[in-house]
Amino acid sequence: MSALRPRRRGAGVPAALVVAVLAAAVLSVMIGAKTVPPADVWHALWFPGGTENDIIVRSLRVPRTVLGVLAGVALGVAGALMQGHTRNPLADPGLLGVTQGAAFAMVLAIIVFGVSDIYGYIWFGLAGALIASVGVFAIGAVGGRGGPSPLTLALAGTAVSAFLYALTSGLVLVDEQAMDVFRFWQAGSIAGRGAGVAWQILPFIVAGLVLAMANAPGLNALSLGEDVARSLGRNVTATRALGITAVTLLTAGAVAACGALAFIGLIVPHLARALSGPDHRKLVPYSGLLGAAALLLADVTGRILARPGELEAGVVLALLGAPFFVMLVRRRKPVRL
Amino acid sequence: MTGVRLPHARPYRAGRVSWLIRPRGVVAGLVGLVLITALVALSLRIGDFPLSLAEIVDSLTGTGGNHFVVVELRLPRALTGVLVGAALGLSGAITQSIARNPLASPDILGVTSGASVTVVAVIVASGTVYGGASGPLASVGVPVAALAGGLAGAVIVYSLAWRRGLDGYRLVLVGVGVAAVFTNVKYWLMTTGDVNDSSRAMVWISGSLSGRGWEHVVPVAYALAVLVPLCLVGTRVLSALRFGDETATGLGVRLNTARALLLLGAVLLAAVAVAAAGPISFVALAAPQIALRLAGVAQPPLVVSAVTGAVLTSAADLAARTVFAPAELPVGVVTAVLGAPYLIYLLVRARREARS
Repeated sequence: MSALRPRRRGAGVPAALVVAVLAAAVLSVMIGAKTVPPADVWHALWFPGGTENDIIVRSLRVPRTVLGVLAGVALGVAGALMQGHTRNPLADPGLLGVTQGAAFAMVLAIIVFGVSDIYGYIWFGLAGALIASVGVFAIGAVGGRGGPSPLTLALAGTAVSAFLYALTSGLVLVDEQAMDVFRFWQAGSIAGRGAGVAWQILPFIVAGLVLAMANAPGLNALSLGEDVARSLGRNVTATRALGITAVTLLTAGAVAACGALAFIGLIVPHLARALSGPDHRKLVPYSGLLGAAALLLADVTGRILARPGELEAGVVLALLGAPFFVMLVRRRKPVRL
Repeated sequence: MTGVRLPHARPYRAGRVSWLIRPRGVVAGLVGLVLITALVALSLRIGDFPLSLAEIVDSLTGTGGNHFVVVELRLPRALTGVLVGAALGLSGAITQSIARNPLASPDILGVTSGASVTVVAVIVASGTVYGGASGPLASVGVPVAALAGGLAGAVIVYSLAWRRGLDGYRLVLVGVGVAAVFTNVKYWLMTTGDVNDSSRAMVWISGSLSGRGWEHVVPVAYALAVLVPLCLVGTRVLSALRFGDETATGLGVRLNTARALLLLGAVLLAAVAVAAAGPISFVALAAPQIALRLAGVAQPPLVVSAVTGAVLTSAADLAARTVFAPAELPVGVVTAVLGAPYLIYLLVRARREARS
C-alpha cells in the first residue's frame, strides 16, 4: 500500500501535459525537411492560399501531426488499461494479439489479395487486429464462468501473438515485396500517411477513448482484487469486457495506421503512473496525453536527427524514451501495479 | 515431519538431506525423455534420403555407407535442437520464477535482444559492404557476435537493475526498457539494408538449426553440463522466492546472492543457446508454462521445463525441415505454431477442471 502516497495536486499536472502536447504539435507542424516559420503556419491554418508553405502545412504536416496525436493518445490509454487489467507491468496493448493480428492480416493482404496501397492495408490490419483480440478473449472465456482471469488472458494472448508472428515471418520469408512492407511497418512511423488515414482510424479511437474513460472507475475497484470489487457492487466480467474492448479498438486503430508502435503503450503508463499514482481515473488520461506528446516529440526528433531524411518515430522513441524510463525506474521506487 | 501429508508429493529422507518426489512431475519428465529419444531417432531417419533404423545403427557404429549423412549432418543438428531447447526452457523457468511473472523470458534479461541486434548489425553491415556474408563470417562471426551481444545486453540490464540488491519488479521494468531500445534498433537496422539482408536477418532472428554441426553441439553440451547442476541446486531458493521476499529471507535464503547467481545461470544458458541457434522464439516463455501445467505444480519446475523445451524444439525442427521439403523453414517459425495451440489447450483444460 506504500504506493498510495496521498499527495494533493490541483490542475497543474493535466494542464502541463496538455501544454506539452500542444507545444509538440506546433513543433511537429513547423519542423521538417523545410522549416516553416510560425507566421506561415498561422497563415496556412486560417487563410490558406496556394503558397508552398501552405501546401506543406495543410497536406503533409497537419495530417501527420493529427495522426501522431491520435495514435499516441490511443496507445497510452490502451497501455494503462491493459496493465491495470492484467496487473502486469510487462503487459503492452498488443498483448491480446492485436499487433500481430494486424501484421498477419496486412501481410496476407499483400501476398494473397495483392493489395498494394496503404488505405487497403489498414482495413485488413483493423480486421486482423479485431479478430485476433476476439479470438483471445474467446479462448480465455471457454469452459469457465465469470469471465477469463487476467493470467489466462495474458498467456492466451501471448500464445496467439507468437503463433501469428510465426505465420507472418514464414510468409514474409517467401515473399520479398511483403518483407519490404513489413520491415517498415515493424519499425513504426507516422510519416507519409495522408489525411485519409487519420479519418479511417478516427471512429475506432474515439469509441475506444469513451469506453476507456467509462472503464477507469471499475478498474480502480478491480485493482483491489476481484472479490473486493464484487462486494463493492461491480460486475467483474462486464468491467473486464469493457476494458478489453476499449484496448482493442484503440490499439487496432493505432497499430494498423502507424505500425508496431505498441511499446509506447508499455512504457508511457509507467511514466504516467509516477505523476498520477495508482488512481486510474487520472492515470488513463495522463497516459494518453503523455503518449501523444512522446510520439510527436519522437517524430520531430527523427526529422531533425536524420535531416533531410528521417528516422522512424518508433526507433527514436525507443532510443530516447527507454533510457529515460530506465533512469526513472532506478531513481525512484516504482509505483507498483 | 511425520504426520505431514502432502497431496501430490512424497517426502524422502537420507541422513540430513530430504527432498520431495512429485509422481506427476516424474512421469511428465520421463514421458518427455522418451519423446526426445523418439524425435531424435525420427530426425535421423527422415530427410532427402530416408534411412531405415538398421542403416542408422550401422552408420552410428561406423560401418554403414551413410556415415556422413547420419553422423555429420543429421545427428549434430538433432542434438543441437535438443540441447538448445533444454537450455532455453531452463533459462525461462529460472527467469519466470525470479521475476514472479509468467510473461517473463530471457528477453527481459537483455540476452536475446542484445544478441539479435548485434547479429542483425553484422548481417546488414557485411551484406552491403562485402557483398554477402559467407564462409568464415557466417560460421564464426555470427555465433561470436551473438554471444558477445547477448552477454553485453545482460550486463547492461543487470547493472542498471542492481541497486542495493536485485528486486524482481525493478528487473522487469529495466529489462523492458533495455529490450525496447535493442528491439527498435534492430527494426531500424532491418529497414536500412537491402531487402535480401533483411530476409537473412529475419531467418536468424527467428532461430534456425539449419546446417548446425558438431562445432555447435560441443560448446552447448559443455555449458549445459556445468550450468544445469548448478541451477538445480537453486531449486530450493526458487520455491522459497514464490512466497515473497520477506518469507524467503525468513526461510534463510540469502536473497541477493541467490537471485544474482541464479540469474547469471539463466543468462549464460540463454546466451549459449542463442549463439548456437539464434533466439528461437517462444520456447523460453512457453516451455515453463507448459511444464508447470503438466507437472501440476504452482511454479515452473526446472527439470521438466528443460525437457519440455527440448521436446518442443526437436519436434519443431523435425516439422520445419520435413513439412515443406525440400524447402526449409526456420525452426523458430514452427516452435510457436506447435507450442501455442498446445499451451492454449492446457489453459482451456485448466479452466474446465477448475469449474468441475
